[in-house]
Order: sequence, then structure tokens, then C-alpha cells
Amino acid sequence: MLATGSHVISNRQNRSIALGVGILLVLALTPYWAGAFGGSYVVSLVMKAMIFAIASLSLNLLIGYGGLVSFGHAAFLGLGSYVTGIAITEGMTDVIFILPMVMAVSGLFALVTGAISLRTSGVYFIMITLAFGQMLFFTLSSLAHYGGDDGLTLWDAATFFGTAFFQYDGGLFYAVLIILALCWGFVSLLSGARFGRVLRAAKQNKLRVETMGFNTFHYQLLAYVIAGMIAGVAGFLFACQAEFVSPAISTWQRSGDLIIMVVLGGMATRNGPLLGALFFVLVEEALSLVLHEWRLIFGPLLVLIVLFANGGLAGLLRRLGVEE
Amino acid sequence: MTPVLRLENLHKSYGALRVTDGVSLAVYPGECHALIGPNGAGKTTLIHQISGSLKSDSGQLLFDGRDITKLSLPQRSAAGLGRTFQITTLIPQFSVLENVALSAQAKSGSSFRFLKPAARESDLNAQAMSALEQFDLAGCAARTAGELSHGEQRQLELAMATVAAPKVLLLDEPMAGIGKGESVALTKTLSRLKTTTPMLLVEHDMEAVFKLADRVSVLVYGKIIATGTPQEVRANAEARAAYLGQETL
Repeated sequence: MLATGSHVISNRQNRSIALGVGILLVLALTPYWAGAFGGSYVVSLVMKAMIFAIASLSLNLLIGYGGLVSFGHAAFLGLGSYVTGIAITEGMTDVIFILPMVMAVSGLFALVTGAISLRTSGVYFIMITLAFGQMLFFTLSSLAHYGGDDGLTLWDAATFFGTAFFQYDGGLFYAVLIILALCWGFVSLLSGARFGRVLRAAKQNKLRVETMGFNTFHYQLLAYVIAGMIAGVAGFLFACQAEFVSPAISTWQRSGDLIIMVVLGGMATRNGPLLGALFFVLVEEALSLVLHEWRLIFGPLLVLIVLFANGGLAGLLRRLGVEE
Repeated sequence: MTPVLRLENLHKSYGALRVTDGVSLAVYPGECHALIGPNGAGKTTLIHQISGSLKSDSGQLLFDGRDITKLSLPQRSAAGLGRTFQITTLIPQFSVLENVALSAQAKSGSSFRFLKPAARESDLNAQAMSALEQFDLAGCAARTAGELSHGEQRQLELAMATVAAPKVLLLDEPMAGIGKGESVALTKTLSRLKTTTPMLLVEHDMEAVFKLADRVSVLVYGKIIATGTPQEVRANAEARAAYLGQETL
């Protein structure tokens, strides 16, 4: 019976890995199929969706696997893009320096705000993460030297060992894709590894997990730091893509969008954040092209999916037989 | 012989209500020490204080030769203090095997490992399986813990507690809500377990208490009014008046 049980589980796992790899392959071929739908405009849209997918993957680590509903995750997008913007403005353009700085600053911010936020739980956790997010938003808005409210245009582009790999008209699309694939693989492994198992268990029953001898605070805080660092990288990629940074990237609405992407795609699933981010960005764009009052449709559509597709889009696919 | 667990003058009050009022007791190696008392006597509160899920106002806890009064709940568990709950406390969406494997994981190296699939760690799974066999749950290993019957869940809790090889087990009403036949079976399992793991047992099932316990303490309104062998406690007039008189012994 045990053998059959684990067989079913590993079969399902294989299908979901296959689905994820399939999505990444379709994304990788975007420059080839995009021609049929409007060329470079679609490539840029898909790039945006992929960056959101990176941020959603990191938020899924918190909301999905950890049960920690952070309403301030866009703060890390802001941090990542501003560290990038400021570094480039100050003449430090190589990604080799920028990326570690982005991760260090995001990680540090996550460590401090996470240590405070994780003293609370439930609605209080949502509110305190929202507060930290707003705090960062207003801080970025008041950076008069770096554009303040108006944002900051990057007059230089990021270089990678002197190449244009992280530039929009260089290899940025593939840079984003590679980072997305790495994050997808990393979060998948993490959730199944010892660390992820403690995190998933603490979501369900914290008292039990502490009674086993795990200090859940340490695990949740580290998850918060990892998620913050990944979202920081997403912010860095946004800056590379737009060659412009603005406080608008870290508004609370953006944090809300990220939550919707995770819930829509399917919490605590391997591919949910990918599906959610792609659906959100692409369908939003498609609807807005067709219809001026697209929000009238987009809002109810999200509500319907969340209400009726138990487990989000990933759950829907599973029931349709794609994953099982 | 030095006790493996000793409580020294523990106190806990909620406002004017003294829930734990100067409790001292000891659990010796190889012993089952039962804690009995009427509802509201403060038995579960005391278990919470010992395990660390509730902070004591004052008093001292000595465990395995060290002072654990200031240690947190996970630190006390990691030191070897095992516990089961009065109200079943599991990881409901995990499989039965994974519940126990997670408990084994807590005692076997660091859990700050990020890449290797934990579900395929054969050492953890083997430890979990052998604990499940001990509690007749081997056939349920692949089922979801939340779907087990109440009796099976109580067994699972014990499997989770024992797989970590605790130095002392705190059992908070392991017989609560299970059938007569099951409680007889569980009593047998516990008396086997007693030989390897000393335990502090809170229980209302007097039949089980007098079968298992080497010593019995009677807790009434947060105070221990009698401690002794089952025979001594049975003969103690104060204990009878407070509690035992309600039952035929």
C-alpha cells in the first residue's frame, strides 16, 4: 500500500515537473512564435510576465508553503530596482556587482522586517507587512536625489562582463528566462527538502512542529529572507527591462497583484505562480486591447477562477488531467 | 536514584486564580508517574508548563541533570522532552508516514537543507515505519493523517512522540475519546513503552492508571495533595474525598 501511495505521488510529481518544463520551453520559444501575434511587443509582454512569475514564485514560498500572507512583497521589487538604478547612476554598471548588492539589500530588509513581522500572525501579519511595504514606497518616493516621485531614468545600461546580456536589445529575454528557470527549480526543490517540509508543516500546525523541537520562527524568517532576495532579483530585472525605475513598482496595489497571481495560479503548487503570473499579465493585456472597460471583466473573471477552480489554475489543470 | 524530571515549586496564576500552586514532583527512570485529579485541577496546565508551551510564573524545572526552566518549547523538545496532546495535534495534510518522518527529522541532523527531497530520505522513512509498526499503523502509512479515525490519530501521536526517542514522555490523556477495546490495547502498548521511556501520565481512565502507574500524584486545585504507590493513594482519605471516592476502585 505504501509502495502504491508513493508511486501515485511520484507519478503526479513527474507530470507537474513536465508541465513546468513545458511552460518554460514555450516561453523560451517566444521570439519565434511571437511574430504571429505582434512581434517584439509580445516578447516584451512575455518578459514582463516572466519577471512577475519570478516574484510570484518567491511569494508562493511565503503564502503557499509557509502560510504567511505578506501584503508587502512589492517592497522587494522596489528595493531591487532602486539598488540597480542607483548603482547604474553612480557608474557601477556590471551585473556582477549589482546582483549581489540587490540580493544583500533585499535580504537585509527582509531579515529586519521579517524578524518584526513574524512576531505576529494572521491579519496582523498582513497589516504589518503592508505597513513595511508602504514605508519603503514613501522612502523611495522621497529620494529627491534619485528622481523622487518621478522616478529615475537609467542613462547607462547594465553590463555583464562587458557584454549586453542583461540589456533589453541584448540578451535580456534569455537572462530573465534562465533566472526564472533557476528560481522555479530552486523553489520546487526547496519545498520538498527538509527545510520546506518544516515550513509546510508549520503552516498547518505550529504547536506540533515546535513540540517536535523545531523553532518555527527561524525557518519562517529564513523563508522570508529567501523570498525577499528572489523578489529583489525580479526588481533588478524590471529595472533592466525598463531602463527606468520608479516608486510605482512598490505600491501596495502591486503587492496585491502578486497575491492574486499566486492564489489564481494555485497556492503551494509547483507551477501555480508561473500560470498565475502569465495568465494575469497576458489576459489583462489582451482584455485591455479588446475592451475599454476591460476591468469590468477582468475583476469578476479572477473572482470566478478563485471561487470555482479549487487550487487555482494549477488545480484546474490537474482535474482536467494534465497533471494527473 | 536521581529523577530524570523534577518539578520544584511551580506556580502559575491567571489573575487571582492559582492554577498551579506550588507543585513539586519527580519522574524517575523506568517509572510511570500518573497525575490524576478532578476536572479543572490544572493537570493540562501543568503539562503545558513542563513542555514549555506555557510560561511558569515561578519555580524550577530540572530535566536530565540540567535546569530547563528558561528554555523555550522547541529547546525543551530538542533536549528530549516528548509530549502528546489532550486534543489530537497532527500535521493533518501530511501522510501518516510523513508526520512521523518529520518528527524523526527533528532528531537527525540539521533541517536547514534546501535541495535534497526529504520524502526520499530512506533513513527517516525507515525510522518512521518502525515506529508506525510499533503502534499498528504500518498499514496506514500512505494515508492522509487528517483522515484517520480518532483512535488511529491518538496512536499516530504516540508514534510521532516515540520516534524521537524522548528521555521523558508527557502524555496528556492518551485514552481520551477512544473505545474500550482500543484503550486496553493502548494500555498494553504503553506498559511496553514504559520500560524504555519514563512517563508522566495524565489520565482519567482509572483502570489504565492503576495498571500503568508505579506512583500516583493527586492534583486538586493546583496543589498536590497526595503522592504514593497506587495502593497508598487508594488508601489515602484525603485523595479519596477529593477525587477517588467518585469511582469504585
